[in-house]
Amino acid sequence: MAKFSGTRAHVYLAMLPVWIIVLVALVGSTVWTFVISLTNSKLLPIYKFNFFHQYELLLKLPAWQVAVTNLIVFGVLFIAICLVFGFIMAIMMDQRIRGEAFFRTVFLYPYAMSFVVTGLVWQWVLNPGFGIQAAVRGLGFESFTFDWIVQPDRAIYILVLAAVWQGSGLVMAILLAGLRGVDEDLWKATRIDGIAKWRVYTSIVLPIIAPMAATATVLLAVSVVKAYDLVVALTGGGPGNATEVPAKFVMENLFARQNVALANAGAIMMLVAVIAILVPMYYARRYMAQKAEA
Amino acid sequence: MRANSEKTLARTGVYAFLVISAAFFLMPFYVMVVTSLKKMDEIRVTSIFALPDAPTLEAWITAWNSACTGLNCNGLSVGFFNSVMIMVPATVLSILLGAVTGYALSFWRPKGTELIFGILLVAAFIPYQVFIYPLVRMLSQVGLYNSLAGIVAIHVIFGMPIMVLLFRNYYAGLPRDLFSAARVDGGGFWVIFIRLILPLSPPILIVAVILQSTHIWNDFLFGLVFAGSDNQPMTVLLNNIVNSTQGEKAYNVNMAATILTAAVPLIIYLASGRWFVRGIAAGAVKG
Repeated sequence: MAKFSGTRAHVYLAMLPVWIIVLVALVGSTVWTFVISLTNSKLLPIYKFNFFHQYELLLKLPAWQVAVTNLIVFGVLFIAICLVFGFIMAIMMDQRIRGEAFFRTVFLYPYAMSFVVTGLVWQWVLNPGFGIQAAVRGLGFESFTFDWIVQPDRAIYILVLAAVWQGSGLVMAILLAGLRGVDEDLWKATRIDGIAKWRVYTSIVLPIIAPMAATATVLLAVSVVKAYDLVVALTGGGPGNATEVPAKFVMENLFARQNVALANAGAIMMLVAVIAILVPMYYARRYMAQKAEA
Repeated sequence: MRANSEKTLARTGVYAFLVISAAFFLMPFYVMVVTSLKKMDEIRVTSIFALPDAPTLEAWITAWNSACTGLNCNGLSVGFFNSVMIMVPATVLSILLGAVTGYALSFWRPKGTELIFGILLVAAFIPYQVFIYPLVRMLSQVGLYNSLAGIVAIHVIFGMPIMVLLFRNYYAGLPRDLFSAARVDGGGFWVIFIRLILPLSPPILIVAVILQSTHIWNDFLFGLVFAGSDNQPMTVLLNNIVNSTQGEKAYNVNMAATILTAAVPLIIYLASGRWFVRGIAAGAVKG
């Protein structure tokens, strides 16, 4: 019995670091951030509460509104294109092709690199003076124009392009794993019935791999809310504020503008956005699981 | 006969799509490499797609030894060694902690297992901005803000959700009878972990090393906030070099610097092959 309790003590000792991390660094920080967001703190936290004043300010602030609008445009396009492109790539990869390993390596390598690298490469490739635009003009198409990276109303699409380049391989890999799990007999049966392959993919296979697609969507959606490095490296939020995003707004108000309470209100809003993505997902999964059991 | 030619057409379509897609993915890398091998005079007059006339490693050497950020012209090598100094301890510590915690949670089920697991699961999705300010304050309180130990601690903290989930899921798949037998033989917590569980863990350890090392190497945000100017990781230094506004831009040096920064995770990716995909799949499970 003594030995048993000794062993138990080791278990709790081993769990100590993770408890500290969870309670102090994760839960503690979140609560602290929320508390500060309810004050008027500027450079240092001052615990004079003004409740949701900062949130009111934030929601009325043009810079925040622009950041949120940009994020929605970016997010919707990025997720939609990644899913469609990733799904098509996965289907093509699933056609018993030669060189599958090569194509997989090529489609996925951007995902292994830093967002900073992705941002800087595309900044160079799209540089109006030296990049694709200049190269095509050099071929004799003098009026060819592709300078979206410096056009305030177009730059956000450049962000989408670079992000798709980095992330669509991930969707491909996840969905391909799903396709490989589809029963071989299903394919035989549909072939015998003479059903067109694209119909099988859209009406039968797609519903089967829907959970994988949902997982991919959640991963992409969360990465959208977190978007920071890519924006800093690719456009720096510009031209003007055309590609500003909430994460960057929060960072600037924390460290450059010394607007701590406002920044933390922004951070809490980002948290709310993530919860708004996760909660429906969680219930949808539970519902699906229950349906599968019944 | 008709069915056959239709089939050939379809095959051609498949390969055409794959090759065009591959070109899209490879193009920026190609441009990056050829740009880094040119001199600036050549870059000004030739297309970005043109092969270099006289390939030179000058830009690479400059990027490594003497590229400037502001007034500091010590090159990217400083950032490389800083990143190594951050990556190695942070990877080892976060994996050790993740493995022990995952093992404890799966086999010993101490009080609060569900709670810890639930919080970590949610934390895996929370934007880092939510934690940053309090963590800056906490680390300054204990004198670790802007230090190597501080940035390593931050990586360990934020590696915890994914590492614990990874190891717990792996250990949950091991037969419980093994553990019960070891318990009957009188094995304690650490003895069972070291003699029984660790020898069964290499596959998941490899996945964990790949995930953590690439993740930590590619980090920008934490390095920017927590590392301090003496420990700036390569990604932060790279961004400072390329996006610094002073002076004439040396695009060849910028691209060489970018490749150098991407090199470590790329080598890990290419060397690990299918393991990397496994890591992604394991990471995706957290959804």
